[in-house]
This record gives sequence, C-alpha cells and structure tokens, in this order.
Amino acid sequence: MAGATAHKVSFLDRFKMALFLHKKNSTDSLLSILKQPTNSLLTIMVLAIALALPGIFYIMTNNAKALSSNWESTMAISLYLEESAGQQQAQELVGQLLAQDKFQSVSLTSKEQALEEFKKYSGIGDSLEMLTENPLPMVINVVPDEAKVALSELQPLVESLEKNPIVDSSSLDAEWINRYQEILKISEKIGSFISLLLAIGVLLIVGNTIRLAILNRREEIQVIKLVGATDAFIRRPFLYTGLWYGLMAGVIAALMISILSNLVASSTGRLAELYQSQYQLLGLSLSQTFTLVGIGALLGLFGSWISVRKHLKEIQPT
Amino acid sequence: MIEFHQVFKRYEGGHEALKGVSFALKNGEMAFLTGHSGAGKSTLLKLIALMERPTRGQVILDGQNISQAKDRQIPFHRRKIGMIFQDHRLLYDRSVYDNVALPLVIAGVADRDIPKRVRAALDKVGLLTKEKQLPIQLSGGEQQRVGIARAVVNKPPLLLADEPTGNLDPELSAEIMSLFEQFNQVGVSVLIASHDLGLIARLKHPVITLKDGQTIRNDLIEEVHS
Repeated sequence: MAGATAHKVSFLDRFKMALFLHKKNSTDSLLSILKQPTNSLLTIMVLAIALALPGIFYIMTNNAKALSSNWESTMAISLYLEESAGQQQAQELVGQLLAQDKFQSVSLTSKEQALEEFKKYSGIGDSLEMLTENPLPMVINVVPDEAKVALSELQPLVESLEKNPIVDSSSLDAEWINRYQEILKISEKIGSFISLLLAIGVLLIVGNTIRLAILNRREEIQVIKLVGATDAFIRRPFLYTGLWYGLMAGVIAALMISILSNLVASSTGRLAELYQSQYQLLGLSLSQTFTLVGIGALLGLFGSWISVRKHLKEIQPT
Repeated sequence: MIEFHQVFKRYEGGHEALKGVSFALKNGEMAFLTGHSGAGKSTLLKLIALMERPTRGQVILDGQNISQAKDRQIPFHRRKIGMIFQDHRLLYDRSVYDNVALPLVIAGVADRDIPKRVRAALDKVGLLTKEKQLPIQLSGGEQQRVGIARAVVNKPPLLLADEPTGNLDPELSAEIMSLFEQFNQVGVSVLIASHDLGLIARLKHPVITLKDGQTIRNDLIEEVHS
C-alpha cells in the first residue's frame, strides 16, 4: 500500500502532467498579473523604460554609424588652386591626376561654377551680388578610389598633392570622419556600460517583485511544501511570472521605441532634405524587435530565478 | 510503520523538546499522543514529517531511517504521510475541490483520474455537496474535514494529526475521531496528538503520554526491537 499510488503514475502521464502544469502555471501567472493591473503595470512600465533606454541608445549609435558610412563613400579631397593659376594649368593637373589611377574621379570646378554652387547652397548667395569680383578659387575635387587608397594613406597623399605649386590649400573630409568614429566608439562603450547597468536594474526590479510575491504567498508555500510539493513545483509559477513581466516590458519597450523613431523620422527626413541627402532614420528591424523582447523575457526569467532560489529555501513549514 | 529509537531533539537556544523517546507504531495501528502543551507532542510529529531533524537517535519510517534523508527527498517522503492540523492549513483562495486535489496535482496524478479521487475523498468526509465552496464559507468542523479529505486523497499509509479536534465541540470531535477510526479500519496507520483525555479514554487505542520530552506512559514500548 505504501508507494502503490506513486507507481501507478506512468512516464507518459508524468510527461503529460508536466506539460499540463506548464500550461496551467503560465496562464495562471499571466492571469494573476492581469488581475491586478495597477500594481503589475507600474512594475512593467519601469521595466519597459529600463529596456527602452538601451534600445534608444542602440538606435542612435546605429544611425550615427550609418551616417558616417554614407560619408566614407563620398570621402573627397578638395584642392583650392592659387588665384594666379590659369584654366590651362588646372586642366593639366587634372590630366596628371587622372593618369595616376588612384582616383575614382577628378573634376575641375571653375570659379563660375563654384559661385553658382555657393549661391545655391549657402543661403547667403544674394550678398555675393554686392561683390564686383568673384572671390572663389578654382577647385579640383579628387575622390580617391577606396579600393586603392586606405584611410591611413590619405593624409600623406594630401600632403604630396599640396606640394604642387598651383595648389594653394586643400581640405580632407576624412580627418573629421576619423574623429567622429573615435567619438562613436567612446559613446558606444558608455552606451554598453549604461545598458549593462540597466539590465542589472531590470534583474533587481524583477527579483524584488518576485520576492514580494513569494512573501505574500508564504503560508500557501508552507502548506504546499507540507503536502509534498517539490521545489520545482513551487518555483514554476514564480518563474513564469518573471518571464511574463520581462516579456510584456520588452513589448512595451519596443512600442516606445517605434513611437519615438516614428516621431523623429519625419523631422530627420526634412533635415536630410535640407542637406540634399537620401538619409533615412533606421528604426528597429523586426529581428531586433524580437531580440529586445527576448532579452526582456530572459532578464525577467533570470531575475525571478535568482529571487526564487534565494527565498524559497527560507520558507519552511513550521 | 514508525519507529523511534532513543530520539533526542534539542532546538537552537538549548531547549530540549525530546529526551530519549522510543516507541514503535505497527502497520495499520492507531495510537494517541498526549501530554500538556510544550511536552513535545508537536516536535515528535514534526520529526516524522521531516519538518525537523532529530539531534540524536533514529526515526524510522517504513523501514527507512529518515533522519538521513536528503533535502530533495523530503517532498516524496511527505507524500507518504497525510497530515492534519489544528488550524486546518487550507488554501483560502481556492475551492474545497482544489484544496483536496492539491496533493494529487503535486504528485503528478493524471488529469483524468483527479476528479474521481477528489470526490471519493470528499464523499468519505461527507462534503461532496460543498466542493465548489471556499473554505471560509464552511464551519470549523467542515474545514477540518476538508483537511482530512486532503490528507487521505492520495491514500497515504500513514495519517498524522496534530490536535485535530482542538477547536471543536465534543460532538464534532467524536465525529472527527470516528472518521480516523474508519480510515484505520481499512489499514491506514494513524497517530493523533491530542489533549482531549476524555475522548481518548473512550476510544480503546494505545497511548503515549509525554512530559517534558520524556514518555511517562508508553503503550507502544514493548514493540521496540533494538
């Protein structure tokens, strides 16, 4: 008679029971979250904000990177020619540079073209009307072939071009791209650190919420332990609660981010138009959204696991 | 069923609750445990349910020395024991049915078998019509009977009861005791801690009386074979 009842439970029954319990636990814990919406919503919103911040930061650096890669492809050297240089000399230099086979394109902008462009884009074109003489020099725009000239070789190349007697001065866009990328790296590091802190914050918030839930159900846990429940049985509903918190927070965070990026997208679109750019703001892709929700769920699960591990041991029937 | 061999229990702080208690409860036997509060009755029951561990001596259940059981074996050990408490220890946010079904759900009994077994247990304690109610809607005696139904639903070989009639009037107490006798008649071993001496005297079962952690009456001592 002793263990007779235990032996009657077949393996298949155990498996079915486990499945059933998982289903029941997950829906029960979801329902209990939904039953007290104010309490749970507060926690979930805090979690969502903590998850959304790294997400927003990620989008920002992502866009900043995308911007700089846009620039890299249009990396150009501008050679400003001496006032004294004639059209003839300028054409000759263009010919020499073209022969070197390092450049994607070499083009000459005459004084008149330069003035036209200046009028068109600077916004102060009208004031130039007052000048009797065109103050702008001739410019040779040199676009190095990315495949043949590395970023580090650009500076020496510019220096050698400047040695040409008809070149007055030059400007290289790459220099500040380099700096920009360094700054990006720094801000990325800061961003990862802040994300880590926020992730720990999520763990602590979920852990504390679960801790309170466990303490609230202290007597129930004692009774269930007395009736022979294993730790796994008691643990499961709390783990599901944590999972649901994290999952819902992840979904809300994704919503927050998509609202934000939609709000900003129209403005950046106009800004890009002003800069004659085709640039479009990058939001979260579908897979990134799933990743965010997944990270939320995992953090929720892990946070509750830590809490459950710590506090279920302390509750013993008396 | 249960054997105690020179069991001592000293709590942290130095209080000695049991001082060398020995007895043996045979399979299918029913016995009472009496004594004033603080005499060690609850401690003795807790040792059997592994809610406490003995400081010295052996507690043997079903031939196994449970003093050496590992923590993770405790739940499976408790499934062999039906426990009944003075304060019922029911889950008050769940229906009578759910309370009684709890041990079956925990033990992983197949879903289709649960209703049948819950209703059989409720029928035995005469609460079949109240399965949908919440425990709080029931009287004290009825709540105790829910506790008993929960204890027997998994058909454990042993029932332990700690002051099961503590808060009940004599008539209800007698009813509860006769329930225990019914279970005992179908082969379940029963150990009941109670200070209701009048009731105990009327029922002809062996008695262990504790005083300050020692037995002053022990009807079960001759069965100890050391």
